[in-house]
Amino acid sequence: MAERSFAKEVQQLKIGAGEEFRGEGILAITKALLQCGVGYVVGYQGAPISHLMDVLADAQDILGDLGVHFEASASEAAAAAALAASVHYPIRGAATWKSTVGTNVASDALANLSSGGVTGGALIIVGEDYGEGSSIMQERSHSFAMKSQIWLLDPKPNLEAIVKAVEDGFALSEATNTPVMLEVRIRSCHVHGRFIAKDNQRPPMSVADALESPRRDTQRIVLPPASFLHEQEKIKKRWPAAIDFIKTHKLNEMVGPKRGKVGIVLQGGMYNGVIRALQRLGLADLYGTSMVPLYILNVTYPLVDDEFLEFCEDKDAVLVVEEGQPDHLEQAFGHMLHKAGASTRLHGKGYLPMAGEYSGQVMLDGLSGFLRDHAPALLSAKIRLPNAPVAPPDVSHLAQVVPMRPPGFCTGCPERPIFSAMKLVEQELGQHHVAADIGCHLFSIMPPFNIGATTMGYGLGPASASAFNMPAKKRSISIMGDGGFWHNGLASGIGNAVFNKNDGVILVVDNYYSAATGGQDILSSRANNRTRSTKHPITDAVKGVGVNWVRHIDRTYDVQKMRDTLREALTTDEKGPKVIVASSECMLNKQRREKPLIAKAIHDGKRVVKPRFGVDEEVCTGDHACIRLSGCPSLSVKQLDDPLRDDPVASIDQSCVGCGNCGEVADAAVLCPSFYRADVISNPNRLDLFLAKLRQKVIGFLQKRRDAKSLRFLKAGTAQ
Amino acid sequence: MNMQPARQNQIIKLAILAVGGQGGGVVSDWIVHLAEENGWYAQATSVPGVAQRTGATIYYIEMVPDRGRTPILALMPSPGDVDIVIAAELMEAGRAMMRGLVTPERTTLIASSHRAFAVSEKMVPGNGIADGAAVIETARKTARRFVAADLEAIAQRNGSVISASLFGALAAASVLPFPRESFEATIQSGGKGIKASLRAFHDAFDAARAPVAAAVPPERASDLIQGPPALLDRYRTLIARIDDEMPADSRDMAKRGLAKVVEFQDMAYGEEYLGRLVKIAALDHDLGGDGKGRALTREAAKYMANAMAYDDVIRVARIKTERRRFERVRDEVHVRDEQILKLTEFMHPRLEEVCGMLPTKLGRAIESRPGLFKALDRMVNRGRHVRTDGIFWYTVLYALSGLRRFRRRLLRHEVEQAHLTRWLGEAERVARRNYELGVEVLRCRRLIKGYSDTHTRGLSRYDKVLSALPLLEGREDGAQWLRRLREAALKDENGTALDGALKTVATL
Repeated sequence: MAERSFAKEVQQLKIGAGEEFRGEGILAITKALLQCGVGYVVGYQGAPISHLMDVLADAQDILGDLGVHFEASASEAAAAAALAASVHYPIRGAATWKSTVGTNVASDALANLSSGGVTGGALIIVGEDYGEGSSIMQERSHSFAMKSQIWLLDPKPNLEAIVKAVEDGFALSEATNTPVMLEVRIRSCHVHGRFIAKDNQRPPMSVADALESPRRDTQRIVLPPASFLHEQEKIKKRWPAAIDFIKTHKLNEMVGPKRGKVGIVLQGGMYNGVIRALQRLGLADLYGTSMVPLYILNVTYPLVDDEFLEFCEDKDAVLVVEEGQPDHLEQAFGHMLHKAGASTRLHGKGYLPMAGEYSGQVMLDGLSGFLRDHAPALLSAKIRLPNAPVAPPDVSHLAQVVPMRPPGFCTGCPERPIFSAMKLVEQELGQHHVAADIGCHLFSIMPPFNIGATTMGYGLGPASASAFNMPAKKRSISIMGDGGFWHNGLASGIGNAVFNKNDGVILVVDNYYSAATGGQDILSSRANNRTRSTKHPITDAVKGVGVNWVRHIDRTYDVQKMRDTLREALTTDEKGPKVIVASSECMLNKQRREKPLIAKAIHDGKRVVKPRFGVDEEVCTGDHACIRLSGCPSLSVKQLDDPLRDDPVASIDQSCVGCGNCGEVADAAVLCPSFYRADVISNPNRLDLFLAKLRQKVIGFLQKRRDAKSLRFLKAGTAQ
Repeated sequence: MNMQPARQNQIIKLAILAVGGQGGGVVSDWIVHLAEENGWYAQATSVPGVAQRTGATIYYIEMVPDRGRTPILALMPSPGDVDIVIAAELMEAGRAMMRGLVTPERTTLIASSHRAFAVSEKMVPGNGIADGAAVIETARKTARRFVAADLEAIAQRNGSVISASLFGALAAASVLPFPRESFEATIQSGGKGIKASLRAFHDAFDAARAPVAAAVPPERASDLIQGPPALLDRYRTLIARIDDEMPADSRDMAKRGLAKVVEFQDMAYGEEYLGRLVKIAALDHDLGGDGKGRALTREAAKYMANAMAYDDVIRVARIKTERRRFERVRDEVHVRDEQILKLTEFMHPRLEEVCGMLPTKLGRAIESRPGLFKALDRMVNRGRHVRTDGIFWYTVLYALSGLRRFRRRLLRHEVEQAHLTRWLGEAERVARRNYELGVEVLRCRRLIKGYSDTHTRGLSRYDKVLSALPLLEGREDGAQWLRRLREAALKDENGTALDGALKTVATL
């Protein structure tokens, strides 16, 4: 069960030729795949293409009707390897993942795939997680395309262009026997737009047909001497074929005036940003009609020499708009100009920054700088020689006021108590080297926990602590999520630790989903999944590869047990890896699952007990130790209207889901008696009512007795 | 020869800054729907970053009248090029301004004035809340128009979420060329909780049009007191004494302090408090405090009350069993009449707390025998989840609160009294030499708070800060240094800032 349901939206996948499709970029990509007669789709979730996987999962019935196989792969490597189905068979296949991290994982299979080449079109859709909001290292997929000679499409960021790129990609792949990579950036994945649809196509050959009549061709298998031939074939046959295809089908575009002293060469994905800058400079209209010649590279690899040289022919200067580094395009273009002995000046990085996202301001500054120097006549006097600019209002003092808001654990997250427990153990046994992994638990690196030293890749937490395997007074702690565990952590982390007799502690955070990528099911998920096999316990797998010391905590909110187990793992004499599997359901998914059920039960008159937590403001002294051990979004502070009190007191707001972490922490850390749990019973039964009445009688009597003997100070506004 | 920039200017550019999980996507979808229904072409993008639930997120929409051709629109907001900024939280409005998205020439800034505190604000041992007024003041200067209201409260009041009230404020701002009915139709067109959303929409619409309300003046000390007539009479005598013997500008604080200590113990304790306070007021007068705002008296009124009403088991038991506490919980948790409330407390007493509740001699006897202490602690020291809505535990706590009668003979009281005497003595002694520094010594009482380890840590921090006194007494700026030390002590849990500040003081 994924974070977002597209059950409603996927109905649009059925629309036929001539109808208008409206929606997000990822949904458009799915529709395009079906229009292209794709035979199978595989992938691994991760922003920005998580929703693409979710769309596909929700569209399984539609895919099934068309004879298309969909698979949520174990990893990007598995997804890339699945494209092997297009090696010998004329079946179109698509694989998708988050890049560049997923491409890193997939690169072994990709290299083999592109060496042997493909018969059916093989399309790799990479969601480029670059720039604002990105959660990974800033690198380019372009380098992978170059190294393995996979053609790279970088379409303009609108639905029509993306859909066309899917069609072109398959055709290009088949025409050149080469896999094609389609790069979509984070904003184009989520852009809301429209395009005119075509009919869906059944794959001419399905994977079932292929299974029933297998084929093989040793020439396509990566094994010497074939592999040496592949290298030659890549250069002598496939490359020229690609250049020819790109030129014939005009995949790249030249727009704007035919002649001009200057021009701009850009990645297709940069198109809207370039046009916006030109619009602001008065050089383009609303519909993209440009007064500056543009050469739009919808294919950024391979580059077409003569197209580029022709574009430069009459120009004094050309600006390359290429986001990210290294500047592969600029280097290649410089090389072309040099070899051709051309006199056109090439610019790019310089007017534009070498590193970082090309945001609106960056683009405006870069383009106006270039044009001011090389084509001032194009610019209006106001832009060429602006008056002293009106200083924007000075808001620099806000930097001292506005707090940073890094992402953190959600309200009620079951991972929070794990790190609260780790903090408590840290207070007892001192700091430890903690190797983190990819996943929600990585937020422990941020305040208030400040735990975790490195993150080396998905599922690689324990592996990244493997060097710390010498007799010492402390042990390493490594963490990975259930997602990372099944991605590769079982082998690279657990197996590796067993084999190398590592004495460290490995903590597997099991929240029943691949939660950080949006809550997709995995092997150990406890949900009933119609199309997948779930409920395979992590502990069984861990024991299966030879770990002797395994502890399973089936309720992470038990902070004391969590702390005691961690302490034991860090201090036991037992040799070999100590593995703790800490399980509780991802609260975001749990709430989504349970909320409607609870609402319905209450509505139907059934007895429902709903827990919530609170803080007694009179008891709380405003030290906030509870917050330093929790950081729950619903555990906040409030300033009391009481001049006797200086510091704000802790306070729990409406968003509390009653997970109990704050109470458990207050208890385990011996903080204070301020926390209470309020269980609200809706539709109480007779016993509830009887007991409540009885209790009220006794308690009411005692309260009255006390009131008769002492003064009561009522706050203004609270008097009866 | 230039293209018509006018065409470009037809684009309405709108950015939504929200905290992940607030539902900024809903507003974004509504705006797209609204624009499309009115014959506009709209393009929306976001960087939701699936995992980044509580971080700052941004949604961006551009829209333009639909003329059948596809306009080329940008995918991210540019500084100085945004018409409408919607901030779903006050600090996000600040962030929008820091990003340059709000400019006086064109930007209408619509913000919810409520705060969702960042972890960095909440985790400070003292008061780490950022200055929201600075953001509001800057917004007034920076935006072409600034529309603000507590849209979160409006949404909650109506059983809805902030998307609905943000949408209402957007409609009220009249910056989109679409009629109010069209906004409402958008809400009605789908989704859950339509009725509640519409209510929140309407309230937000009105609130956004209303002038910003002036700050509410602070409450005066409550005179709503109930109880047996004899006690009330005695209490009124004390109040009269305050009115007679205390300077006017200290009376409110003194009355609050008096209420706190009387509630904590009894009338005699209140008399004790007042007796001490009147003496300090006289000293204050002698030291020329009248020209210095009588800070010594006011701070003594405040911190002496806090020191005398220390946090012990008896006080906690009393609060937990009060009638008004049950009422407050029902109110906070929104328990309806037909629902039943069960209450569980999270208590974790240690033997230290138990000893504090014993007669002085007995308590000390246990504390001075480590073996016995350890053995007993093992029996006591454990987390207990107790049901205060149940008869058994309610009665237990009720009985504990009844120990109030014996409090003056208990170990904890003796310890607290000794500390109080030392602290007041020190403040007096210092004040005679350096008035301002004496006031600061009183204020250092703020460092002592919490229970168990937190309380111990507070005490040690208090001692640490006051350890600098010998270095500061002779200095004219001694008070400022002590204040700095105290503030440093409230900055972080490990005392890093305090240690640094103490080092600086040592080099003076």
